[in-house]
Amino acid sequence: MKPTFLLALVPLAVAGFVAANAQPVDYKLPEETAALKPGPNLEVAQNNCTACHSADYIKTQPTMKSKKDFWQAEVTKMIKVYGAPIDDADVPKIVEYLSSTY
Amino acid sequence: MLDRRELIKGAGLAALATGFGSVKALALDTVTLPFENGERPLVEYPQKRPMIGLTSRPPQLETPFSIFNEGAITPNNAFFVRYHLADVPTNIDPDKFTLQVKGKVDKPLTLSLKEIRDMKAVELVAVNQCSGNSRGFSNPRVAGGQLANGAMGNARWRGVPLKTVLDMAGVQAGARQVTFNGMDGPVSDKTPDFVKALDLDHARDGEVMLAFGMNGDELPLLNGFPLRLVVPGYYGTYWVKHLNEITVIDSVFDGFWMKSAYRIPDNDCNCVEPGTAPKATIPINRFTVRSFITSVTDGARLKAGRTTLKGIAFDGGKGIKEVAVSTDGGKTWTPAKLGRDLGKYSFRQWKLPVKLAAGSHELKVRATSNAGEVQPAEPRWNPAGYLRNVIETTRVTVA
Repeated sequence: MKPTFLLALVPLAVAGFVAANAQPVDYKLPEETAALKPGPNLEVAQNNCTACHSADYIKTQPTMKSKKDFWQAEVTKMIKVYGAPIDDADVPKIVEYLSSTY
Repeated sequence: MLDRRELIKGAGLAALATGFGSVKALALDTVTLPFENGERPLVEYPQKRPMIGLTSRPPQLETPFSIFNEGAITPNNAFFVRYHLADVPTNIDPDKFTLQVKGKVDKPLTLSLKEIRDMKAVELVAVNQCSGNSRGFSNPRVAGGQLANGAMGNARWRGVPLKTVLDMAGVQAGARQVTFNGMDGPVSDKTPDFVKALDLDHARDGEVMLAFGMNGDELPLLNGFPLRLVVPGYYGTYWVKHLNEITVIDSVFDGFWMKSAYRIPDNDCNCVEPGTAPKATIPINRFTVRSFITSVTDGARLKAGRTTLKGIAFDGGKGIKEVAVSTDGGKTWTPAKLGRDLGKYSFRQWKLPVKLAAGSHELKVRATSNAGEVQPAEPRWNPAGYLRNVIETTRVTVA
């Protein structure tokens, strides 16, 4: 999609000065393109993880030696620290998806 | 405009594209940062030139490293972006924006942007660097945003000292800290909102700034429009964006983003044996001293003979005393010529003419601050991958 942006149309800057009256900004964030890779329990991971953040948060993590421990710790962090409302029954499914896919 | 290392993937695709015309649009769509799983899309956002995309919701954008060779100031449209929570304010009317100052003050304030702009303004050149800058180089690797060295930038900030506003409100006796909250927030109300705190003396030092201007222009939206906190010498986590709520408190703030996140080991090196946990931690604070070669990228092929190496250095606010360069892997060091001093919180440019004979060379650069802090030869490790400041090595082949 083509982002539109009001400020870009208004030349504001004069060296050393900031325009006295800032213009309203209506910022269009580009559409999300990253998607979770196919894997076991993809749908469970999708429903839970991508409610709060894009899939690239997962995809860009390094490949760890102990994948299961790493992803278990991440899922636990999301629940305990960030308050992710994940059903207990879904936790092992998400961990399985993440550690077998990333 | 991209780092050569970052370009490797793009170049590969470009080569491919010569055979398959329709693929060409993808040529610059991907860059590869120099660590495992370092492939990233090159993304276009309003008000930004193409940036290295780390995440899209919330947006996190890294500056292509070659930008740092273009000057001491990082352009607004190339400045890195880091958010924590996905409710990003995208519709802001500066005429309706207000900043609240409350808590342990005699006179709570609600200030319009115009009222803030009408106060006596100050300017300061200062580096903003993400705590997680360079985390991707951590060894062993750690969880978190996997950034190369582009989550930093240097700008001329314009605004009013936080002290001015705190004095207007009248801080009460017994106050200990000041907390800062911005318009961005979490998706779920169970997620802790992003709120940071500074000790009162720090908040009132006259340098911490409420900034509305950046390099002679407005703040780009993704860099905190219309008002952000500038905490010179301190990691970006304190530079709260879209700042609209300041609260003076008489305790030490115990919110998640201070008490649990952004912590470093509480010891002399702020480091631990790789793979182990620290016994005690403190909030992350000032930058460690760093320097980079910007004119030559790792893996470059150079012509034998004379060439001038260029780069940047900075520290947590004492200023740069010396930058030394080695072309023999760290055996011998030569002081570089420092560029114009834009202030103790700024990038300091440096350059050094060198003569390179044919063969392979390890170029290294090492900065020393005015406080005597020197970059270490070996990386120091901590569980969150913060504070990286090992002497950088750039390998080149000369023929």
